[in-house]
Amino acid sequence: MIEAIPLPSTDDPLDAPYWEAARRGELVVQTCRACGQRRFPPRPMCPTCQSFEHLWAPLSGKGRIWSFVFPHPPLLPVFAQIAPYNVIIVELADDPSIRMVGNLVTAADGPINQVDPTTIKIGTPVRVVFHRVDNDVTLARWVVA
Amino acid sequence: MLKDATAIVGIGETVFAKNLEPSELELACQAIKAALDDAGIRSAEVDALSSYTMEETLEFEVARNLGMADITFFSQVGYGGGAGCAAVGHVAMAVATGVANVGVVWRSRKRSDPRKRVWAQVSPRVTDHWKYSRPWGLVRPVDEVAMFWRRYMHEYGATRDHLANVALACRRHANRNPRAFMYQRPLTREEYMTARWISEPLCLFDNCLESDGALAVVIVRADRAADCPHPAAYIHAWSQGLTRQHQNMTNYHSDNPMQGAAWAAARNMWRQADLRPRDVKVAQIYDAFTPLIPFCLEAYGFCGEGEGGAFTENGALELGGGLPINTSGGSLSEAYIHGMNLITEGVRQIRGTSTAQVPNADVCLVTSAYVVPTSAVLLRR
Repeated sequence: MIEAIPLPSTDDPLDAPYWEAARRGELVVQTCRACGQRRFPPRPMCPTCQSFEHLWAPLSGKGRIWSFVFPHPPLLPVFAQIAPYNVIIVELADDPSIRMVGNLVTAADGPINQVDPTTIKIGTPVRVVFHRVDNDVTLARWVVA
Repeated sequence: MLKDATAIVGIGETVFAKNLEPSELELACQAIKAALDDAGIRSAEVDALSSYTMEETLEFEVARNLGMADITFFSQVGYGGGAGCAAVGHVAMAVATGVANVGVVWRSRKRSDPRKRVWAQVSPRVTDHWKYSRPWGLVRPVDEVAMFWRRYMHEYGATRDHLANVALACRRHANRNPRAFMYQRPLTREEYMTARWISEPLCLFDNCLESDGALAVVIVRADRAADCPHPAAYIHAWSQGLTRQHQNMTNYHSDNPMQGAAWAAARNMWRQADLRPRDVKVAQIYDAFTPLIPFCLEAYGFCGEGEGGAFTENGALELGGGLPINTSGGSLSEAYIHGMNLITEGVRQIRGTSTAQVPNADVCLVTSAYVVPTSAVLLRR
């Protein structure tokens, strides 16, 4: 079992721009250059018009909690140490059909088990913050807006 | 074309336990031999094989151990527990069309060892769509399903009691089945409600067992089925299912995440069938996690969207209720072998030999795992 957080690969040309924007503290989404449809997670082709051409558009960084859970052991060691913690899914204000997995925190670099679990509710407005994990990985997280 | 053209005529199982000594290959051979003996068919006649992926036992190993001759159809179906009914469907198609004549579907797994937990093998760097969920601590299937259940409770007012109804039904059925892990371990609602969380809102008893074992079934065309020793379970209709914009277990990105893969399997299965949900006397619904039951009750048309929780009330899922489910105890209380024991139990219900036999069980629905790309099969007498 790995001892650290499972990290995303950030050097795949397909979604490297998402991770590069995250390192700059910006939330971006893949957008079809031909028809404007947004899509997440990133993929090569637009499902609406089948174009391979896309760009990366910035998002407002605002959303609402769509759902949440609190994992308890048995877990990977790095998560077992801080369990229970929260995992949330956020639906974006810019486009509620886009949903992203994240954590609710009180501060960008704070622990993911800090927010009082009894206060977490579906529908709560949130905004994005960014947490640097290492040289190439910065993770989007969320604070109550 | 396929309707009632083939039947399951043999079923075989190893013991279900933790830490079984034989290898998965040996367990597969035990189960397949038992199924062939049950069907009264020699292994040299088998020419179609299908199983799941995430399976260490490959077709050529099974074939050379059992002394099979030419195999002219073989497939492995993906997506873990979503595969079982599809493997049956694949072989049914091969046999119905004459590409092959006698098929075997098996599943062999030693999953009781905690080191075998698939989620625990995650790599330090994640390269596929999981990179958008695992780094934040959404790592296990139970976490992924719990996320849907929380949303479902919010949208429809379902409660923990609804999940307890599922857990208790499966446990009560297991308490009648000497082969079940939980045969002599009754469960009370109190115990359910006070159990530890695994991924809140899901507790210990919302999760399936961790087991070792193997099972197999034998499938032939209808004209041969009549010659076999036991009543045949005819394959009336089946389908695989993958809905629009689906994303595997983490199906949070489609237009309606609450209508996942099972809805596609159900639509297409019922489209082919002469039977309707009201004709189903008993159902074996994939139960890696209790919420999958209310989700599937809706997907397969037993109630309207959002009514799955309420459907479980008043003992509906128990023997004597409106739709008994998982009558050997299921993945929750018999054994967890990726739902293959739901298929064999479906056959037993059709034969009339279940330890929790539903009177006049002439139609049985069996489903494979939901949320993954999935499958389902409708068996009839």
